[in-house]
Parts: sequence; structure tokens; C-alpha cells
Amino acid sequence: MKEFLEGSRAVASVVKLCKPGVISAYPITPQTHIVEELAQMVANGELKSQFINVESEHSAASAVLGAVATGVRAYTATSSQGLFYMAEVVFNIAGMRLPLVMTCANRAISAPINIWNDHQDSVSLRDSGWIQLFAEDVQEAADFHLIGYRIAEDKTMMVPVMVCMDGFILTHGIETVDIPTQEQADKFLPAYNPLYKLDPANPITMGPLAGPDYYTEARYALHKTLEDALDFIPKVTAEFAKVFGRTYNGLIEEYRTKDADRVIVAMGSVCGTAKEVIDEARAKGKKVGLLKITSYRPFPAQAIYEALKNVPKVAVLDRALSLGSYAPLASEIKAVFFGKKKKPSVISSFIVGLGGRDITKDSIKEVLRLLTTKEVTGEFIDLKPELLKESY
Amino acid sequence: MFGPLIVKCGTSKDNKTGAWRVESRPKFLKKDCIGCKMCVLVCPENCISGAEKNTYDFDALYCKGCGNCAFVCPKKDIVMVKEEGKE
Repeated sequence: MKEFLEGSRAVASVVKLCKPGVISAYPITPQTHIVEELAQMVANGELKSQFINVESEHSAASAVLGAVATGVRAYTATSSQGLFYMAEVVFNIAGMRLPLVMTCANRAISAPINIWNDHQDSVSLRDSGWIQLFAEDVQEAADFHLIGYRIAEDKTMMVPVMVCMDGFILTHGIETVDIPTQEQADKFLPAYNPLYKLDPANPITMGPLAGPDYYTEARYALHKTLEDALDFIPKVTAEFAKVFGRTYNGLIEEYRTKDADRVIVAMGSVCGTAKEVIDEARAKGKKVGLLKITSYRPFPAQAIYEALKNVPKVAVLDRALSLGSYAPLASEIKAVFFGKKKKPSVISSFIVGLGGRDITKDSIKEVLRLLTTKEVTGEFIDLKPELLKESY
Repeated sequence: MFGPLIVKCGTSKDNKTGAWRVESRPKFLKKDCIGCKMCVLVCPENCISGAEKNTYDFDALYCKGCGNCAFVCPKKDIVMVKEEGKE
């Protein structure tokens, strides 16, 4: 049923349909509304789930790790500093191959302290072994939870999924969202049937010490599984389309790229703004397009190659930094084309929207204006030079 | 794809930690033992067994030679001796 909902409420509604047996989370802006809503559902008896109150994100992640290990579906959500506080448990959840789904309401990292949106939190944990799906709008953010559990819990996968949604822009933005029925959700997402679980009747140890003679193989297997996910994710989204009627590629989305001579590459909610700018430019006869990266991990290198190999000029928008180096997404897009015969002649890299600075249509137009035959690297858009000083 | 991930119980039996023993091993004198089982409780390898006083002994396949049993014995009825072949 279509409802006019805040992003956080939409996510909470869909998580409820996924029937997690255990939810544990610690409040942090801008994620708080999601778990607040879920706590309310549990308290009202609408959702039969154990909501475990904890004193920190480290404990929240540990609680859901333990819950999934015992063979129950679990859920948590966090943001920014909370994700970093969870970090060691986040790596453990992936290493122990526990199929958790977590929402990360993307927010900037301290210091300076900032509660607004950018992608630094998720991007910094790109190497944790989680699948990371970046949502463009509230509908995607909500749907990716159903898709996420299906991917995570498949017996060939057994990897956790992080649904990345832009803080405030999506978590607090109000949009019309199609919330599926419980029957639809149940049809798509069967009850969790664990491959292995902690059970006193059949004792096992999870996450034991692995010395130099075992560790490499454990990591290799996780790495290969994430690569396999590049084939598996589109299969799940195709099944999703059959039940819910909404089609996602799951890896990338090509928007008016087929004949484009200039293409913007981006992740998350900025893609909506970019599409609008592209439509306006197309109306004036300019051949521009957008390549949206949905799956940042696993990184869909082959799909990106196919989408961009004939595009002369590419602009990569990064909403995060790798301080002192190339921007994270841009460096990987460039790596896709290293040594290839067919490739864009220009791959320019732009830093946009850090710490919640609005990326307006004018910002996108500025990117297109700067996307010339002269390649630029890590160009900051909307930078205020008057705030910079050489000494204090 | 899965790599080494979970371990079924009982695998510590496969790990013959007796090979870790370097300098010394316990010797159960079996003279003044009162069967208090303190040596059994403190053994990190759980490799000491016995039925009644003056019957307790250790399993050399697993004993790491830590000396906890000799240290804890209230009757000084366990002593650490040079490992065989060590002078």
C-alpha cells in the first residue's frame, strides 16, 4: 500500500515485515527514528521481537552477532561514530559469516563533530566484508532490507548486508513509499533457516583462533563469496521484481547513458538531483547521463566497464575522502579502466556534499561545466576559500 | 565459498600439547597425597586424573609442563623434574 512516510518509518515498516526475532541498537542521529519506531512496534505487541537495550553500539553489534549465531534473524541500525564504535564487531560478523542486515544512516565523521550527511562512515568500512548497498530514495532504502535478508541468508552467501541511506535526506525526508503486505514479504523472504547455529545439543565454536595455517583460506572464502555476490545480487533483485513489481539491477543503474558523451558517476540520494539536471540538459540537446553505483561492495567492476567504456568524459562524485589520497570511488572507477583499450579519455574526480553541505542542481551543473578535456583530480565543489587560512 | 569457520567440540584432543613441554615434567610421588584434587582443578590441559589418594597422575601426551600442579599441592607430593633426555 502506498503511504506518505518519513524514510526512517518506511524502513522500520519494512524491517517489521522481515520479522527479526532480535533487535538491538543504540540511538544515534540520524538513525534514531528507525529503532525508535521498531521499539514502539515491539512495545505495542505489533512485532513479536526481543528488543535488547544496550549501553553502546559495540554492545548492540555484539548482541545481534550473538543472536544471529543462535540461528535467529536479527537487525540493528547505526550511523557515523556508532558504526566506528561497532567496527571490530562489524568485521567479526562478516568473518563469522553471519547473515545480518544493518541500516547505516550515512553521516559525517568527527572531527569537527557533524551530524549531517556524507558517506565517510560506510566508505571507511568498505573492507569489512559486508555487502554495501547505497539507496537513492526512500523506496530503495526500504526495499533493500527485504533484498538484503534474501542475499545475506542464502546458503551460498552467508554474508552480512549494510543498507546505506543518506542521513536526514532519506532518513528524515518524507516520500510516497509502497509498503508491501506481509503476504508479499513472506512470499519473497521465507523464515530464516540457518546453515549453522549455536546449539547446546550440538555444540560448535564460531570464530575460533585461526593461525597462519588457516587464516588465509577463511579470508579467501569470504572474498570469493563477495565476488560471487556480483552474480547473485541481480538474481535476487529479479525475483524481487516478480513479487513487488519494482525492478532494480542491484549493482548499478544506467540513466540515459547509452549515447551520452558525458556521464556522472555517483552513489546515494545525489543521484536524484543529478537525474533532474540531466533531464534538463537533455531537453536542451546535451548528451549527458548518470551511472548510479548501488553496490559499492562488492564493487561491480565489469558492469561499470561495460557502462562507461564508450563514454568520452566521466565525472565521479565522491561524498567521502581518503585523506591524503585519491577520492575513494574515483580511484576505483579509474582502476576499472587501467590498461583497458576502450576507456573514457577523461575521468575527473569531484568532492561534493561533505558534512551535509547541500548538493544543489547548480553544484551538479558546475561539475558538468568542469568536465572538459582537462582531467581534474579531487576537485572540491562549493568550497568556501574565505574560510581557509594559512595560520592561526 | 566457505573456509575454516566453525569447530566441532572435542578437537583439543587432536592437539597433543605435550610437545610443548621443554624443561620439566611433574612427578607424582604418591606418598603423602590426600586426594584433594587441587592438581586436577588447576591443570590447564585437564590431563590429571585419579580415583583416590596416591593414585593421581598426569597424561604426558597433553601436559605442557607448566608446574601448576606441583605449586598447588598442599602436601608437596608433586615435584617438577627434568624432562627426559634433558641434563
